[in-house]
Amino acid sequence: MLQDKDRIFKNLYGLHSWRLPAARARGAWDGTKDMIARGHGAVIEEVKASGLRGRGGAGFPTGLKWSFMPKDDPRPSYLAVNADESEPGTCKDREIMRHDPHLLIEGAMLAAFAMRAHTAYIYIRGEFIAEREILEAAVAEAYEAKLVGKNNVNGWDFDIYVSHGAGAYICGEETAMLESLEGKKGQPRLKPPFPANCGLYGAPTTVNNVETIASVPDIMRRGATWFAALGKPNNTGTKLYCISGHVNEPCTVEEEMGIPLRELIDTYAGGVRGGWDNLLAVIPGGSSVPCLPADLCSDLTMDFDALKALDTGLGTAGIIVMDKSTDIVRAIARISYFYKHESCGQCTPCREGTGWMWRVLERMANGQAEKREIDMLFEVSKQVEGHTICALGDAAAWPIQGLIRHFRHVIEERIDAGATKPISPSVPVAAE
Amino acid sequence: MSVRRLAAEQPEGFAFTPENLDWAQAVIKKYPEGRQASAVISLLWRAQEQNGGWVSEPALRYVADLLDMAYIRVYEIVTFYTMFNLQPVGRYYVQVCGTTPCMLNGAEDIKEACRKHIGPKDTVSEDGLFSWTEVECLGACVNAPMVQINKYYYEDLTPESLGSIIERLRKGEDVPPGPQDGRQGCAPKTGPNTLTDPAIYGSDESGPEPGYAGTSDPKSKMPGPY
Repeated sequence: MLQDKDRIFKNLYGLHSWRLPAARARGAWDGTKDMIARGHGAVIEEVKASGLRGRGGAGFPTGLKWSFMPKDDPRPSYLAVNADESEPGTCKDREIMRHDPHLLIEGAMLAAFAMRAHTAYIYIRGEFIAEREILEAAVAEAYEAKLVGKNNVNGWDFDIYVSHGAGAYICGEETAMLESLEGKKGQPRLKPPFPANCGLYGAPTTVNNVETIASVPDIMRRGATWFAALGKPNNTGTKLYCISGHVNEPCTVEEEMGIPLRELIDTYAGGVRGGWDNLLAVIPGGSSVPCLPADLCSDLTMDFDALKALDTGLGTAGIIVMDKSTDIVRAIARISYFYKHESCGQCTPCREGTGWMWRVLERMANGQAEKREIDMLFEVSKQVEGHTICALGDAAAWPIQGLIRHFRHVIEERIDAGATKPISPSVPVAAE
Repeated sequence: MSVRRLAAEQPEGFAFTPENLDWAQAVIKKYPEGRQASAVISLLWRAQEQNGGWVSEPALRYVADLLDMAYIRVYEIVTFYTMFNLQPVGRYYVQVCGTTPCMLNGAEDIKEACRKHIGPKDTVSEDGLFSWTEVECLGACVNAPMVQINKYYYEDLTPESLGSIIERLRKGEDVPPGPQDGRQGCAPKTGPNTLTDPAIYGSDESGPEPGYAGTSDPKSKMPGPY
């Protein structure tokens, strides 16, 4: 179990002030100048050696991502911090921004320095108004103290701005976020060109998650070996886990990567409602990853590789726990509705497919379907997956595939029970 | 995707107040020269606040002119981003999170409480004070079920506590946002079981910031303007 001294986010619960003097007393902005004096390459090498992988869901090695930025390009370089946290089940970046914003600002400075960028934009979701107010106040404090800005005390000219969205989940996709930052609809761009070559305003850009960036100052201060010693090989360090749903005490907690799921739920979240045996299923990494039935959860460890081996993913580590009272078909149908609502409408398989899949699932939840439609639904989800510009199509398909893979019998029983009822004639049309 | 259209009845015109215009000029300066379109979401949001919670057609034309953008580009923005209300809303606009983590913890009952205390979904109450709608994940899943009223989040709700919030707002009272069961942020409800070692805080002897989640102005009216 992780000890308090190894935690990065010491003010996760807001028990202390987020303001600059308190943040400094907890260690933020300590020795930033010396870290910058070590040079661009040294920061990247330290982060590479720590094994830090992106905390936004994809798990791409952060140091490697930074090294893709061009070294002598006449265009300005940008860092874009992805604070558009909207994945159902995930509420970790919010806690960083409202309770430890200075870690994020310091991390943004270090990351921008590593990739030779003088400007960073933090793109925060529109609904987080309180968090934005705090973040803007914290940025103003950092400017006031000359920690950032032109000719600051840390020796790297750096401007940081808070920008925001207005309720579009898709803007959490990196290229959609860049479109939105440019003042357009958040519709993802085709890759290549990748943002490191052609990103914000056509200039080299790297997009990183809030938790990734906020972890960097502690990695630099305490050293890559400290971070790499936590967790498991290839899955190093600490991670914020959000445990929601049917647990006795839902909470967000920082723990090592690779902690067993059961230990996480029992130690921090007060256990599953009604005891571990009352567990039906867990969605381990935010709504877009496939669910796992209880029998696969007993020995499960929470890291990228172990979850990938079970055809699911760590994603954002937003753990949604469902006990045996849950109507799992309806729960997944609600996730399907979410993706239908949030599809940007650019690619046909996703725009039409998300709505189609939701309508079929909704009928299945009511028992008004035919059994052959289960295979058809699986087949259609495979046609959506991988055939769209961005990963929203995949994210809409995976929960449904997980449901059919593990809970096919529930759908079949529902259909058997509903077989005597007439099938509703009022199926909604495509563009309702 | 969802179908979104401008309101049938539109006001005559729209212009920022002098304070908002100054603020808008400062926001535009955040972005490189010639990239003023980047400020469009921020400016529309401020226009929505000034307009009592919704974006009118004159407002979107005003913002387009201010940023030297074609009207159609701004029209695309207001119809794409769902936080822009294209119809008038109540003085207190209640947005209920209905996505799976909240649904598992009783969002259906919360919606029922809204029907009981406010009325049908997407309909402004007769006194003009309230309207409610269902939205997708608001990102406070460990504090489910929850709603956003105007600017702020009200978390860890029961149908009763939400009913009481609505009735207190109706009487003109100030209702502090945050968890409604006395819990500290996203910590377990019986209190934090990590971060208890005093040594990690160094010389930091501060306590929690006053006001909701430390909002910059703890004395401001809650849940904020619309």
